Amino acid sequence: MSSLSRDEVANLARLARIEMSEEELVNLASEFTVILEAVARVQEVASADVAPTSHPLPLRNVFRPDVTKPSLTPEEALSGAPASEEQRFRVPQILGEEA
Amino acid sequence: MIRSSAVEMASALAKGEITSVALTQLHFDRIASVDTDVHAFLHLDTDGALAQAAAVDAKRAKGEKLSPLAGIPLALKDVLVQKGIPTTCGSKILEGWRPPYDSTVVTNLKNNDIIILGKTNMDEFAMGSSTENSAYGPTHNPWDLSRIPGGSGGGSAAALAAFEAPLAIGTDTGGSIRQPAAVTGTVGVKPTYGGVSRYGLVAFSSSLDQAGPCARTVLDTALLHEAIAGHDPRDSTSINAPVPNVVAAAKSGDVKGMKIGVVKELNGDGYQPGVRARFDESLELLAKAGAEIVEVSCPNFEYALAAYYLIAPSECSSNLARFDAMRYGLRVGDVDGASAEEVMNLTREVGFGREVKRRIILGTYALSSGYYDAYYGSAQKVRTLITQDFTSAFTKADVLVSPTCPTTAFKIGEKSNDPLAMYLNDIATIPVNMAGIGGMSLPSGVADEDGLPVGFQIMSPVMKDERMYLVGAALEAALLSKWGAPILSKAPSLGGLA
Amino acid sequence: MSLTYDDVIAKYEPVLGLEVHVELNTNSKMFCGCSTTFGAEPNTQTCPVCLALPGALPTVNEKAIESTIKIGLALNCSIAPFSRFARKNYFYPDMPKNFQISQYDEPICVNGYVDVEIDTDEGLKKFRVEIERVHMEEDTGKSLHVGGATGRIHGAEYSLLDYNRAGIPLVEIVTKIVPGTGKYAPEVAKAYVGELRDILRSLGVSDVKMEQGSLRCDANVSLRLIGAEKLGTRSETKNVNSLRSVERAVRGEMIRHAELLNKGERVVQETRHFQEESGLTRSGRSKEQAEDYRYFPEPDLVPVEPDATWIEELRAQLPERPSVHRKRLQEEWSVPDKEMAAMINADLLDTVEATVILGSDPTKARSWWLGEISRIANEQNVSVKELAITPTDVAEIVSLVAQGELTDKLARQVVEGVIAGEGKPAAVISARGIKVVNDDSALMAAIEKACAAQPETAEKVRAGHLPAAGALIGAIMKETKGQADAARVRELLLGHLGQA
Ligand SMILES: [Zn+2]
Repeated sequence: MSSLSRDEVANLARLARIEMSEEELVNLASEFTVILEAVARVQEVASADVAPTSHPLPLRNVFRPDVTKPSLTPEEALSGAPASEEQRFRVPQILGEEA
Repeated sequence: MIRSSAVEMASALAKGEITSVALTQLHFDRIASVDTDVHAFLHLDTDGALAQAAAVDAKRAKGEKLSPLAGIPLALKDVLVQKGIPTTCGSKILEGWRPPYDSTVVTNLKNNDIIILGKTNMDEFAMGSSTENSAYGPTHNPWDLSRIPGGSGGGSAAALAAFEAPLAIGTDTGGSIRQPAAVTGTVGVKPTYGGVSRYGLVAFSSSLDQAGPCARTVLDTALLHEAIAGHDPRDSTSINAPVPNVVAAAKSGDVKGMKIGVVKELNGDGYQPGVRARFDESLELLAKAGAEIVEVSCPNFEYALAAYYLIAPSECSSNLARFDAMRYGLRVGDVDGASAEEVMNLTREVGFGREVKRRIILGTYALSSGYYDAYYGSAQKVRTLITQDFTSAFTKADVLVSPTCPTTAFKIGEKSNDPLAMYLNDIATIPVNMAGIGGMSLPSGVADEDGLPVGFQIMSPVMKDERMYLVGAALEAALLSKWGAPILSKAPSLGGLA
Repeated sequence: MSLTYDDVIAKYEPVLGLEVHVELNTNSKMFCGCSTTFGAEPNTQTCPVCLALPGALPTVNEKAIESTIKIGLALNCSIAPFSRFARKNYFYPDMPKNFQISQYDEPICVNGYVDVEIDTDEGLKKFRVEIERVHMEEDTGKSLHVGGATGRIHGAEYSLLDYNRAGIPLVEIVTKIVPGTGKYAPEVAKAYVGELRDILRSLGVSDVKMEQGSLRCDANVSLRLIGAEKLGTRSETKNVNSLRSVERAVRGEMIRHAELLNKGERVVQETRHFQEESGLTRSGRSKEQAEDYRYFPEPDLVPVEPDATWIEELRAQLPERPSVHRKRLQEEWSVPDKEMAAMINADLLDTVEATVILGSDPTKARSWWLGEISRIANEQNVSVKELAITPTDVAEIVSLVAQGELTDKLARQVVEGVIAGEGKPAAVISARGIKVVNDDSALMAAIEKACAAQPETAEKVRAGHLPAAGALIGAIMKETKGQADAARVRELLLGHLGQA
């Protein structure tokens, strides 16, 4: 039940944008069998009547007024860029469609 | 001087017995002498720290009113950004990156004139319990260099234990402040979630992460807590309320009439005998100091570890998506004709270590369609149950206590190939993060069988952080009078200088 | 063999679904304090938050929440007592965090509707477009593709990224499926987007400029055999950047689907891109594997629970509904239904209204904009709003005509001049030397000259045969180079010949 195949790991690696060697895929798949069995224990007590908690504190409606604040300078913004050109981040060609 | 507490150093500074520049230099000298063995630091900002110290000395000379910790050196975990200072999070993927902004914690430190010596080593992106997952090599425990200093904040804890700094900042997602404090014989506090701003803390698991103070005494920790805590409009999860009066509590240490709840589930099987002995001894000392010891039960804690290893990886799979070689950090494979996607894939393969990749994949799985309800969704429900356990336990006790971790420091390499065994280290610290409450670890002595330090954990309700300082100060005082000297005096000397 | 639209609707029933993205016109971005000014130098409006630098955290712009609630109220939605932000996870270099903060199963507004009126064969008919949800999210940055021949993504050697737009507040408005429009599907789609735009404009929450991308429409279209229950496979057309394109895109997709279905082929569920020039859509690059967005509640933000008082305060600020506003104008201006529909269909109601507000007579304003000016726009194959003439210019011209400073014919020349870029009406009048001849002595000289040249005609008029005056008036107008006011000429001529 709680196990992952090599192909499933490969699909997850694709979704997570991590290149993986065949060896890594196989190793992770076998590690996951053990890990998933351990974490699947949460299902024992997660009954339908229990509400999920996504925030540890019950804060609500935290907003900021619509006021502009100084931005970084373009030099600061681009300071960490592996490559830049014309005050823009230069990146390898983008394949695929805009979302 | 370097073995003194921050409070003692502050007093020497105030009396003019030493300058901040000299004090800072003493610490850099100590680092030079021992850090090749300990490897607590990833980066030292010698010029910046000395300039900052000189500025504090100048303010003092002019008679300006200074904060209690003004001029005292501090070690900063490398997961908090500081403008212009390399911030790596222990990862290759951020090697060489210099942030163009300060985290709120750093801003608060600077506003309090606390001297930032440099950045400390950690498990990559705070994922680990041993600091072995740092891309820049492990940190060694000053008590025994062949052992781990805990993690993820092993660098900060080791720096304190090796007298490289009297104050340090850590971050705690599942125990990363408390567990290193326990295994190095130092004090560490995870404040209430939202008590200290997360702005500029490089996120591992946003709903669990919390920065906090580390030091060698409870009062030093409280003073640092007060310096970094408070509401921050840049963090939407920051609590807009006054900081709990932790300093007064640490100075008082009065536990008469307090009810201290021992969590039944966080003791017993799986806990090393020396750890249990020290825990029982501490309970006796607290009872002697006037506290009432009661037992409480938190039946859902047994699911906390499983829930944690779903929630934290899920959030991290999303938080770490931004490390994609486009805007900052490492870029691998950018050859002619390569696509952005290929470069992302290659960079993330090379830039992330094994544990980080393992957790990203686990989190990607737990959130994926068809599995969300079974994994992430169920884990969130467990979170509710754990919070309910705490709520009910806190009706019976003012604070809850347990050993901080099941064992003392293990050997470097001992568990690195067994992720599950490694994860068990955090079994007693994780429930605190799940519920967002406060937790402290302070030394309760050394285990008879190995002579290594043991931590005592105190847990307090949301925004009642002062309670753990009350109990911590009481226990610290009782232990000091029992031992006659601070616990670190039992640690071996390093580098021949101390 | 290509199908006609009539062939399509004889056999199939279209089902519509529309998703509209609106950029809000807040001062600062959705989750940080950076400015939202359009057209700034690249990467000058970025900060740790919108660049997704490590450690940065989002904070919610209160005005954006208020604007979204107002939109929900104006679209007859319920405002959710509890709503949350969620992360939509996918990698794309335009999106710095590699997730978009959006809303998933807990949007802020749900279950509304918009009514639109279409001019059908049976007269004006009302269609109700039901709204499923209105939710908040953030925009992406912009990429510039360098090295490719076409500037399209494929073939580019590298890309340059500007994150000024990243994090600008977006509101997504999603309809439920819209069945039952029959052959009017393209018109309903267009009218819906137009109505939505008018509502958003009246709320003042967005610039709603389709050409600048502050209002973007994705049109989902599917066909099923008339009478069938099961929905057909839909395509989603993006990049539809004008009201006219919405109509064209829906019509084009209906025909494309029908052609496939008639050939027994399958419609592929995919994203398509509308091409302005051809009016056709092209297939997006099909993804080999499905995306899995792995939505989960955004842990860095807390839930939104608007209380009733706040919602009522916002409701009280809502302006007159565009449909009510239109009814009121129609009555005030006494415009017949057909003409009103024409004005709305031509997207000129606001322009005419602006002209009337500046003092013009409503009928005159309408006839200029829908007549002469629309004709010129048509000739030049551009939209009226792209012409250089403004409501101020038209109001001025109408006023000059009313004062007798211009004749209708001269006014047309002024309009032409303004559209040709010769300047404001006054500048055109002086540059072209346009002047009504209203000096009676100059006219009298011309009248006498004409009567002397055509004595027999003059005699006929003098004898009471008034139609004969036309020939004289023509001659007089010719003499004065068309600059005389014909009515005044007639008056003076008849007086001169004893017929006043
Ligand atoms: Zn920004």
